[in-house]
Amino acid sequence: MAFNYDDYLRLEKMPTLWCWGCGDGIVLKAFVRAVDKLQIPKDDICVVSGIGCSGRFSSYVDFNTIHTTHGRTPAYATGVKLANPDKTVVCVTGDGDALAIGGNHTIHAARRNIDITFIVIQNFIYGLTNSQTSPTTPQGMWTVTQKIGNIDPTFDACKLAEASGASFVARESVTKPKKLEKVFIEALKHKGFAYVDALTNCHINLGRKNKMVSAMETLDWIDSITTPKSKWDKMSEEERLNLLPTGILKQDTEAAEYTDMYYNMIIPAHQGKRAKITQDDFEKKI
Amino acid sequence: MAGGDKVVINADGKREVVMIGNHLAGLAAVDSGCKLFGGYPITPSSEVMEYLSDALPAVGGVCIQMEDEIAGVAVATGAAMSGVRAMTATSGPGISLKAENLGLAQMAEVPLVVVNVMRGGPSTGLPTRVAQGDINQAKNPSHGDYKSIALCAGTLAECYTETVRAFNLADRFMQPVFVLLDATLGLMHAKAVIPTAEEVKANIVPRKKFEGDPKDYKPYGVAQDEPAVLNPMFQGYRYHFTGLHHDAMGFPTEEIETCRKLIDRLFRKIDEHRDEIESNEEYMLEDADILLIGYGSASLSIKEAVNRLREEGIKAGMFRPITVWPSPEERMNELGKKFDKVMVVELNQGQYLEEVQRSMGRRDIEKLTKTNGRPFSPQDIIDKVKEVF
Repeated sequence: MAFNYDDYLRLEKMPTLWCWGCGDGIVLKAFVRAVDKLQIPKDDICVVSGIGCSGRFSSYVDFNTIHTTHGRTPAYATGVKLANPDKTVVCVTGDGDALAIGGNHTIHAARRNIDITFIVIQNFIYGLTNSQTSPTTPQGMWTVTQKIGNIDPTFDACKLAEASGASFVARESVTKPKKLEKVFIEALKHKGFAYVDALTNCHINLGRKNKMVSAMETLDWIDSITTPKSKWDKMSEEERLNLLPTGILKQDTEAAEYTDMYYNMIIPAHQGKRAKITQDDFEKKI
Repeated sequence: MAGGDKVVINADGKREVVMIGNHLAGLAAVDSGCKLFGGYPITPSSEVMEYLSDALPAVGGVCIQMEDEIAGVAVATGAAMSGVRAMTATSGPGISLKAENLGLAQMAEVPLVVVNVMRGGPSTGLPTRVAQGDINQAKNPSHGDYKSIALCAGTLAECYTETVRAFNLADRFMQPVFVLLDATLGLMHAKAVIPTAEEVKANIVPRKKFEGDPKDYKPYGVAQDEPAVLNPMFQGYRYHFTGLHHDAMGFPTEEIETCRKLIDRLFRKIDEHRDEIESNEEYMLEDADILLIGYGSASLSIKEAVNRLREEGIKAGMFRPITVWPSPEERMNELGKKFDKVMVVELNQGQYLEEVQRSMGRRDIEKLTKTNGRPFSPQDIIDKVKEVF
């Protein structure tokens, strides 16, 4: 029987403001299926979104939801998580939201390894505001702010997340909805900062001006720039040049999680229930 | 109490402590049941966070130093959205950075206490020196239409009592409430007589909660002069927070009448309950000929000047707004009719002077201002009074 999404959606908010053929809905559905598979009660989830097309995600799903200011989702989510350590906190952001205006917060939430599932709906462009360059817009592509071609180098957001300290890093695309669902399941199960780059198509504000006039052509392009990690691992540097690896790229289940540390180290230490924290408490000290 | 501060209970059952103003604001947060503090180091307010980094976890709360000022207010707002009491503290430059997110808290009606320990500005200004230059900023830190509540402590004890009041007003009116300290009060180390923690706890006014069937719950569907009723998260009442114009359930809308009513309500919830917010001190006004108006640490010098002027036979008195926004415009209007000789004394170029002029409907008001980072001495005020009146 086909999966029934109704119980998880705010049906009165349909249709979404996303364009016809947009992949954001595929991300939303994969996320809902992941929550359902894990049987996390709706009341126990808080979804925090920012500004942009991805920002509207939070208003369509029937959880505790917050639509914040541009880029600040990790900080708001950190507040929710620290005050409610046993709840599931999820950020849904975009490439402009998480990597440009909110880059600092993304880095530091990852560094703390706080238990937040952090989904970046990555469409390589500022879609909602009509085609301005994003930190992930490929060089040479047309944008409305670089009409003769973008010269700005791009971010590899997964590398950024890993280098910042995220203990779970994954990338998947909307062309593989089942795999995307599995990545979300693993990310939600993971205790720590779980970064998921969810590649999607913006054929309206990226594709049409870059010789990919339909959703299908933009999705084909995404397939052409991605390859599973298993293949990627066997490739030479030259072969990897214009490819992004997909799948789970990092999964460290041993890394200390921030909320855990606060509640099991800081609070007991201040209440005289354990000794002061010293460098001996940490394997990696610098 | 953190930091080894001494505490004595006096004959009136009040606490006598020797602390700095910034620590008193922190202590007030703990006693008020604050669960989370988020901040970023900035002179001259850092001692608030330093104090709470010990005092909050000691009672099971969380104090977190964030990556920047913006995150400092955002982490506190996130916690407050989830249903707990939360606070941030900073100085003027930090408020400038937090402004957009304070706007979200105004729009989404999130209760939050924001301490601003004022220093000289604009820009980096005079980080270690006193000023009262953020009075106008406290009125409208963020863009758009809304009404701020700002409380200005004038004594060391008020660093505590006004912070306590800020928590209760934030929950009553569901919005950020500013507590304005300044470099003088925030770092003043002296005796303060304050209520006991038990007394504060007994008088906590928690935010309203809807107890009925979740199907009937409309967080923003309230009377036109009342704040939103925002239940804690994770308890079966799922709704939506947004900085966009929103409907009764909190969802974005552009429907004309809903948008009009929302902003109208943000004003009316304050305007129609000013009596619950207003707080002033009137010192030796009854037989006075000269009215001095001032607030914050400057009022300490004004009071001393009033005492010394009276020793010389000059009958001066002081009016001190403790709630600076919304301003006590009705009371100031009455005083403007009673007193010919009025002077505003403030550590800026005359920011509140304009509010006094507006409230009194008069422009013939003298001013004594200072923006060199130094406090007024009582003699500064005495000399000016003798010069102009």
